[in-house]
Parts: sequence; structure tokens; C-alpha cells
Amino acid sequence: MTYKGYEMVIGLETHVELKTDTKIFCSCPTTFGAEPNTHVCPVCMGYPGTLPVLNGKVVEYAVKAGMATNCTIARYSKEDRKNYFYPDLPKAYQISQYDLPLCEHGWLDIESETGTKRIGITRIHIEEDAGKLVHDDEHGTLIDCNRCGVPLIEIVSEPDMRSAEEAVAYLRKLRAIILYTGVSDCKMQEGSLRCDVNLSVRKVGDTEFGTRTEMKNLNSFQFIAKAIEYEFKRQVDAIEKGETVIQETRRFDSVTGKTSAMRSKEDANDYRYFPDPDLPPIVMSGEELERLRSEIPVLPDQRKREYVEKYGLSPYNGEQLTAQVEIADYFEAGAKLTKHPKTLGNLIISEIFRLLPQDSVNIPISAANMAKIADMYGDGLINSGTAKKLVSRLWEENADPAEIVEREGLGQINDREALAAVIAEVIAKNPKSVEDFRKGKLQAVKALMGQAMGKTGGRGNPNMIQEILDAELEKLR
Amino acid sequence: MTEITTMTVRELSRAMEAGQLTSEEITRSYLTSIDENDGKVNGYITVTPEAALEAARAADKARREGKNAPLLGVPAAIKDNICTKGLKTTCASKMLGNFVPPYDATVMEKLNAQTVPVLGKVNMDEFAMGSSTENSAFKITHNPRDTERVPGGSSGGSAAVVAANEAPFALGSDTGGSIRQPAAFCGVVGMKPTYGRVSRYGLVAFASSLDQIGPLTKNVEDNALVLNAIAGYDRRDATSVNNEYPDFTSQIGRDVKGLKIGLLKQSFGQGISGEVKSSVLNAARVFEKLGAETVELSMPSLEKALPAYYVISSAEASSNLARFDGVRYGYRSENYSDITELYRNSRSEGFGPEVKRRIMLGTFALSSGYYDAYYKKALQMRTIIMNEYERIFESCDVILSPVAPTVAYKIGEKSQNPLEMYLGDIYTVPVNIGGIPSLSLPCGSDSDGLPIGMQLMGRHFDEATLYRAGAAFEAENGAYHLERGAF
Repeated sequence: MTYKGYEMVIGLETHVELKTDTKIFCSCPTTFGAEPNTHVCPVCMGYPGTLPVLNGKVVEYAVKAGMATNCTIARYSKEDRKNYFYPDLPKAYQISQYDLPLCEHGWLDIESETGTKRIGITRIHIEEDAGKLVHDDEHGTLIDCNRCGVPLIEIVSEPDMRSAEEAVAYLRKLRAIILYTGVSDCKMQEGSLRCDVNLSVRKVGDTEFGTRTEMKNLNSFQFIAKAIEYEFKRQVDAIEKGETVIQETRRFDSVTGKTSAMRSKEDANDYRYFPDPDLPPIVMSGEELERLRSEIPVLPDQRKREYVEKYGLSPYNGEQLTAQVEIADYFEAGAKLTKHPKTLGNLIISEIFRLLPQDSVNIPISAANMAKIADMYGDGLINSGTAKKLVSRLWEENADPAEIVEREGLGQINDREALAAVIAEVIAKNPKSVEDFRKGKLQAVKALMGQAMGKTGGRGNPNMIQEILDAELEKLR
Repeated sequence: MTEITTMTVRELSRAMEAGQLTSEEITRSYLTSIDENDGKVNGYITVTPEAALEAARAADKARREGKNAPLLGVPAAIKDNICTKGLKTTCASKMLGNFVPPYDATVMEKLNAQTVPVLGKVNMDEFAMGSSTENSAFKITHNPRDTERVPGGSSGGSAAVVAANEAPFALGSDTGGSIRQPAAFCGVVGMKPTYGRVSRYGLVAFASSLDQIGPLTKNVEDNALVLNAIAGYDRRDATSVNNEYPDFTSQIGRDVKGLKIGLLKQSFGQGISGEVKSSVLNAARVFEKLGAETVELSMPSLEKALPAYYVISSAEASSNLARFDGVRYGYRSENYSDITELYRNSRSEGFGPEVKRRIMLGTFALSSGYYDAYYKKALQMRTIIMNEYERIFESCDVILSPVAPTVAYKIGEKSQNPLEMYLGDIYTVPVNIGGIPSLSLPCGSDSDGLPIGMQLMGRHFDEATLYRAGAAFEAENGAYHLERGAF
């Protein structure tokens, strides 16, 4: 996407909470939504004298995420302290990784409507989450330490994305891969997947990067896209007005859709990273890496390839169906039962996705019933409108779709003569539309089409109606 | 029977085994000694008579029920930076003046498992930063050998109360000499164990890669007994080492024939007092007489250890002490209107000058633009020192050196000159940088009768050989404290 001759350059930093049972450096549970300060102990509260001990599962999960994104896994890495003062950080330093991350040099492929693109992954490192500040009118600011020490991985991408669509496609793909590996539930609403966007602009054709800004903690794909589009234009307009873009952190306001400065680079902390002396280096053996590699499941790209080759789905639709392992499993279960798997795939994408709440994968319609709808539609027994209605109905009540069609007479009218009669009547009753058509208004055809479909109770075969209507109108020209 | 408070840990334990004494009697004697003497010494920050007596009675009951353990019922004093559940742990800082830990340090769990009555918490330099215990926010501890003099530091309280017979043994911590130097100044025995030998869990961190907890005792054998009780792997400390450890008393009594004792050229150079030098060299002659072989060796990196130490320890301290920001623990200034002021004023008012100096040094050393010149260089130096120790220990089993360049100095003599104070750590800090064990024990006295200490350093995890050599020397030369008594 370009604007006034500029393009945007986007890199993403994604924080993903790992779904280990216990925290990264102590044995407190990590479950979301507990009463404030109930999942805490002296270690994660940073009490004087306490020491962190690394949870081995955190390393395993991070390595799996790295393997699934084609990273090189470090045989030797270490943990570092990132020092800064903030009330949600009891130790006044965060244990993270600085110069020797667990995973480096990975990539993933995204599918957009324009084709496949490879996005580089710079690194993946492990770190601990901070607590949460709760602002309360009565008590002021309160600190909830439940989240202190919840394990995170930070996934840093290369600045390879050039549009909001690509950024969102990258995030969706990353989310899909992580969900497949089972190391996180990636719920944006609960904050288990959070994203910071680094964005700069440059004249199309330039090779140098411009000054970038960072937008923090965007918690939905929609906000990410909006923030990117706003920020892109803001930077271009600023440059065009002769202003310079300042390297700073910006906040996105989801109500106004605008970004505003939070703090500039000058105010930025000097984090004084240094190796954490409480934690020995992380050393991975070859056997251990092999074992972890053997535990990586079939990943979305492999499934997608199958859908394209076996069922004839477009790569783009294949990507959408494989974004969540449960949806892919659902599609595959239905695909085995229908003569029209491609139709089934399209119905899931257009209808089921419309009805599914964000982050949910619970589909109340059985795969077998969806397969029946796909069969009836694919065989021309019902039209697309009926197929949609059936999905909506089955979402609310469990029933056999074939029986509904039978009982309520929803079958598609494929009788050419009957349809021709309906069309003749519509043409006769709408001389104004016919007149408009003669004057070259193509809108008029749509109006007539709608009239005809209405007269069949929405059951007419749309292709046939179109065909007959075109032929009849041609005669009147 | 000899007076209870002059007895060693071993003697107390045997007397209890023989039914001649109870832990309650012993504990009462020490509490009385504290009452009578601590006004002169000022070693204790907190004394806990009720809890100590309760534990003593529990120990006596356990013994009546047939239980036994080497330290069962033997009371102790604990440095005030080791967390004690339900008992104030101040680090001698206004910052933690009211901090009551909800947990025990691992070493305390281990002592509790042997039902050791805790007499109280003892004084130290604030957050263990200092060499004279003058940096305590609460009181100045006096050296029982000459109450006008400092007891050394930072475990000055630990050494002083043992030397004053106000505790049969004490725990201290040693980051750059904080057990060994006060032991030397007070004429008692102190061990800095191998890094990783004793769990640091519950020790309020000063410099995590250097800190170790260790015992201060009246003689060498007691020291080994206490180390037996507190050593060992702890899954809560990732830097504690998971290997078997021997009975540290097992080599005591064995002679030193054939033992190779190294003397480092660099340990007897500029700045050392004549009396200290001759006393330590005389100890070398004693070892020769006992059948050991002495070899002169050179360790050029030793001279770089002090600057490396002050960079590394201050860097780690600047991060370790950042949590004391007035939000969660301890002291919070009453004077603030926003979060930045709360941080600034709480830290300005809560920390003493030496702690602030180290925090600033460490923050500077880690700052972007200075990291490579200071912190990184210090780490490189550390690697060189560790390699040199390894090389040295190919030529000897034990290194013999002074503990401090001088005997205990007068209170106030060096407190206005931090650099001079730092120079006093020159012989002790290389041990922490190398992570090796070192035993500090008296080797003589100066013309005023003040104790002079020597240290015996060994290979990683070879504390047993140090106890063997130390006990052999002590058998020949006598234990300073036991011969002179308190004061």
C-alpha cells in the first residue's frame, strides 16, 4: 500500500504467554482471572533474599515455538536482567534475554490475496511478565501481582511487512503456528497474545529505513490494522509538511482511531542489561532438541498444502481454514463426508467464521450436518441463500438440514419453465426498470433479479434466473 | 566444669550428650552473657530470649526422646541479612528496619532441623557493604579485643559476638571478605565456602555471583561442624551445586605431611604491615615444621582483582537493591507527590552513604556507553583470575596469605576515606572472584596483643583440606580465642 508516493515498513514484536502450569521462576499457578494477589509467593513478589529457578517447561515451549517458525535453536543461551523502575515490577528488573536468545533467524510464510510472502523472524526469547496496575477511584492505583512471573516469549520479526494486511496476516499465521504447537492459547482478549508495532515510512524505491515509532499493546487484529493505517498517514503527512518523525512510543486510542505520543527516545530507560547472576546459562543437548523436534505436530502450512492439492481450495482460503487447529480438524472431519469439500471450506469461511465469537472455536453444528449442507448446495438442491439460512438455523438448534429442506420445501427451483414464467411476470410489472435498462443502467438488472428471486421465495436457482433474465432483456433492447 | 560460654560447640554438644548440660542452661548462659557484655560490644541488633529458650527446651525434649544431631540445642547468632521467618531481618538498614520475612533462609531451615536456638540477629555493615561494621544504620559494633577498635566487616557483629562469648557460633556472609576479615580482626575462625556450596536462598543479596554464607566459630573443628550443617544443594538456589559433600571434620587430625602450600609473591607486597607479614610468614614456617612443603608462586592477575571486584559487586548490587524503592518493601518516604518522588525520596532517605555510593558506582558501570569499559572488562578479568587460580592449584594444594594488610584499626580511623577502606579488601576479594573456598584463622598477634589472621585457600569444593591444614596449625600453635578468652 502506498500513500503520496510513500510505503510503510513494519516490524512486529509479539509477546505470547506460555501456557505452562506454573510461573517461570516459582511454582505459583498461571491461570488467568484469579482474585488479585492470590497467585503469588515470595519469589514472584521479589521478596529480599528470594531467588529465581528457571521452569524447564518454559525453555521447552519456547524452543518448540522456535522450531515451528524455522529458527535456529541456541545450544547455549543465558538470561539477563533488564533494569527499570515501575510499580508493577516488584524486583525493579525484568528477567529477560539480551544478546543470546534461545531462538534466532526464523521465518514464516503469509498468504495474502496477492500471493505468498516470507516474513523473517529475528529472534524469540523468554522472559517474565510484570504485574498489573489497577486504577481505582476509591483507593488510587492498586497492584495485582498475579501476572508477575508468568512466562512469556517475545517474538521479534524482521521489518518485512509493507501493509496492515500483511501485518495482520503475519500475526494470524504466527498465532496459528503457536496454537498448533500447543505452547500458548494466544487469547488476545486475555492478553496472552500482545503486539507492539514498529512502523516507519520511506519513498517507494528507497532502500534506507526512515525513523520508526512504536505502538504498544494493541489487543485486536482490527486495532492493529487501524493503528497502522493511521500511523502511516500521520508520518507521511508530517514529512510532507517538512516535519521530522520522532523516534518515540505512541499510544493507540481505539475510540478515536488515532495514535498519540507517550514518551520519546530521550525519556527512554537505559535498561543496563547484564547477565543475571542468579541463573546459570541454559544449555541444550542434541538429544533434548531432537526430542522436542519430534513433538512438533503437523503445522498449518502442511495442512494448507493438502487442502490446495487435494480439495482444490485457494491458498488464501486454505490459510484461513488452518489458522486454528480445531477449525482445521472440523473441516477435515466434514470433508471426508461430502462430495464437495471445497464448497464446505467456503461455507465455513463465509458462514461459520461470521457466527464465531473472537478467540472461540466452539462450533455448535456437527461436521456431518455441515457436510450435508455442502452436499445439497454443491449438488444444486439448494441455493446459496438457503445454505446460509440453514447454517444460521443450525447454529441455534440441532436438526437434520436435509429434513428441514424437505419439510419446509426449501429446495432450489431448477425448473426452467417455471422460472421463465416468473421472469415474464416481473418484466411485465416493472416497465420502469426495463426502461432504465434500455438507457444503459445496469442497476436495473439487479432490481429485476431481486424481484424474481423474491417471487420464488428465495429458492430460485440464481444462475438460471440470471441467464433467462439476460436473454429476455436482450430481446427487449 | 568450665564456664559454659567459653566452651566450643563440640564441647557443648558432648556435655549435652553426656547429660551434664541442657540446651536451656546453655542458652540462658549466653543470654546472660549478652546482657552483661553486649553493652560494650553492641553486636546484636535484635536479641530473642523467649524464642531461644523455647527452642532450647524443644531441643532438650528431643534429646530426652533419644534424638541427637551435632548442633542439637547449641545456640547461634545470625547475621541480620539472613532471612528468619517471623523475625526482623534489617540488613542494618533503615530501608528494611521493619522487614519481617515470611520465610526462613535455607540455612535457617537447616539449623532449625537440628533445633538450634537463635539468640538473635547481629550487626553488620548496611547490606553487607563495608569492612568495619561502621556502616550500620543502627549501631557501631566494638571489637572485644580492644573496644576502641572496629570488629571488621561486614560480618562484624558475627565475629564480635563469638569473640565476646555472646554466642558459641555465628553465621555470616562473605562477598569480598566479610566473614574472613572480621574473623581475623576478632581472633576467631571464619570460612568462606566454595561458591555454590551453601544455598543463598534467603540471604538478602548484595552481589549474587560472589555472596556465600559461612560459619564463624571459636576454633577450626567447630567451623567444620557448622559447615556440615548448612552446606548442600538446594533446588531453590540455581547456583547451588548438586554434588555430594564430605564430612568436613573428616580430615581434621590428619597431619599435613606432603601438603603443598603456595605463597603468592603478590600477597606480601606494598601496603602490608610488617607485623602481619612476619606473622603469616611465620605460619608458613610452622607448616614446614609440621611436614608441609611451601612453594613460592606468582599470580599477576591478583592486582587486578580489587578493581574487578568493585565493578562486579557494585553492578550486581545496583540491580539487587533496586527493589527497595518504597513501593513494596520497607521504608517509604512520607514526602512525595508522584511516583518518581516516592522512589527518589524513599531511596534517598532509606539508604546510607556507602550503599548509595555502591549503587551509583554499579549503575555507572552498567550504563550504555560504559558497559564495555567497566563491567565487561571486569568479567574478562574474572575469567583470567579463575584461570590463574586453576594454574596455581596445579602447583600447590593450599594457598596461604594474609587476610588483611593490618590488624583491627580504630573506630573512625578509615570511615572517612572509602578508598583506603576498599584497599583493605585486597587479599580477600580474589577468593570471591575465583569462587574458591577460604578459611580465615588467627596465626598470631601483634605487639599490642591484637589478633592477626591468615587465610588458607583451596580448590573448588576442597574445604576439607583447608580444615585439615587449619586444625593442624591450631593444634601446634593454639587457638587464639580459646587461649585468651573474651576481652
